[in-house]
Amino acid sequence: MIDVNALIGPYPFRYVPHPDPDVLVRVLDREGLSGAWVGDLPSAFYRDPSLGNRDLYAALAPFADRLRPVPAVRPDWPRWEVAVRDACDAGAPAIRAYPPQWQLGPHDSSMRELAIAAGEQGMALLLTVRFEDLRQRHSMDSAGDLSAAAIRALARAGNAVRLVVTAAGRDLIEEVHWSLTPIEQGRVYWDISWIWGPPEDHLAKLFRTIGPERFVFGTQWPLRLTQNPRANLDLLPEDVFGARLADPNAIVAR
Amino acid sequence: MTAARVEAAALGEPLIDAHAHFYHAAAGRADWAAVNAARFRAGERIGITYHVASILGSYGFSSPTYFPSPDDVTMGNDAMLDLCAREPDRVRMLVTVNPNHTGHALGEIARGVSRGAIGVKLLASRRADDPLLDPLAQTAAESGLPILHHIWQHRRREWPSQEISDGADLARLAERHPRVTFILAHIGGGGDYMHTFPAIVGCPNVVADLSGSGVDRGMLDAAVDTLGASRLLWGCDLTMETGLAKLRALEAIGLSADELGAIRWRNAARIFPAGSFPRCAPATAVT
Repeated sequence: MIDVNALIGPYPFRYVPHPDPDVLVRVLDREGLSGAWVGDLPSAFYRDPSLGNRDLYAALAPFADRLRPVPAVRPDWPRWEVAVRDACDAGAPAIRAYPPQWQLGPHDSSMRELAIAAGEQGMALLLTVRFEDLRQRHSMDSAGDLSAAAIRALARAGNAVRLVVTAAGRDLIEEVHWSLTPIEQGRVYWDISWIWGPPEDHLAKLFRTIGPERFVFGTQWPLRLTQNPRANLDLLPEDVFGARLADPNAIVAR
Repeated sequence: MTAARVEAAALGEPLIDAHAHFYHAAAGRADWAAVNAARFRAGERIGITYHVASILGSYGFSSPTYFPSPDDVTMGNDAMLDLCAREPDRVRMLVTVNPNHTGHALGEIARGVSRGAIGVKLLASRRADDPLLDPLAQTAAESGLPILHHIWQHRRREWPSQEISDGADLARLAERHPRVTFILAHIGGGGDYMHTFPAIVGCPNVVADLSGSGVDRGMLDAAVDTLGASRLLWGCDLTMETGLAKLRALEAIGLSADELGAIRWRNAARIFPAGSFPRCAPATAVT
């Protein structure tokens, strides 16, 4: 099992214990995970994430057998196409983008171009709905959650597009999924890091209605407990217990 | 066998969920029985010995969840009493009250305790440090009942649909009633828990439950570092997968077996009235 939603580096709005790649590898071992797609957490809040990407590549290099880089690419920044090519050359399975943090609206054309460009290179576009619960956000953290409108606009952008949407809850997932055609639905994968388990059983309901093949394993380490998505799978009702999630390596052409 | 089942069987130690809720037919949702069944199903997987639970009126169907009418309070407590009667081996009751109706609240506490309730549940119907809560706390002191108080971790403004309290508000109430144990609800239930810990650390009669959907890394470490394992109760509230994750995380952060046992059940056995959990090993012998 691969964790598609791991990060390294500090978070600007609260202390996060040891968000380092060597610690992440030990956590993967403890949790029985074979590897992780890893982004650079502070890059989400940089105006220009390119230097964060440089740090990411360097930090992950000693752990290349377990940790794959997922750099951030800002599509309204000059020469973003070069950053996409660099990501491709570095073996990235996906690139990250943060439209709310970069104030790119749900119908921003540069985001559509980025999603298509990544897809044409065989990479997914990884989106983050939220880093923290709305009720605890810092007063300076005013970006807001990624909207369903933004996600469905990207899912409709073209055949090459592959989206991995992280940290979404049931309502958002259902709104996006049922606002797309079956072909468009097939372009979107959801990580399970923020989906509720029992007694509401949101994850089980989504497996029954949308199908487990649309979901991937994600933790949002180092912000959240790695144990949470595994616990969610362990508590699934019998009829969906043991359902197979999508293999992240199979949804990208790399 | 799932990992969770293996875990529950292997540990063989009691586990008390100090913060649970159940639903009933007048709670405004057609799937209420399925949600209750799911709590029991997940509880068996996790290895929960007792669910210490309350019902919050009609959950908004006929009066607001956090401002339940007296009729809804009574209806919810009736449903909870019925559930306890059906599930005497695994469910314990907290009496839900609305302190804006003092006489009714006191009457509900007396009625509930006479039928086996082991504590009081306060919502967000009145700020925690309001004098209206004093007669309820006095009654709790006389009866040896802990009070579980709904909390927003660090309230910075008013929020709709509730008169929210935070750790500092609850600490003021606790200082006025040192004989009562107050359970500060769900450190993972929203807001800034890092404000809560220093706000209550000076009040030894305030303990915190770990429940809530929040699973921030660092939260459990900070809770243990600031309050100590003897002032923490394990619980789930609305999300049981986060409860199981926290249980596993508590082991991963290196707590001793004694500290783990305290959080799993012994603190609850100490705080609630003697004899509340007969399926747990003799609690009074362990400090």
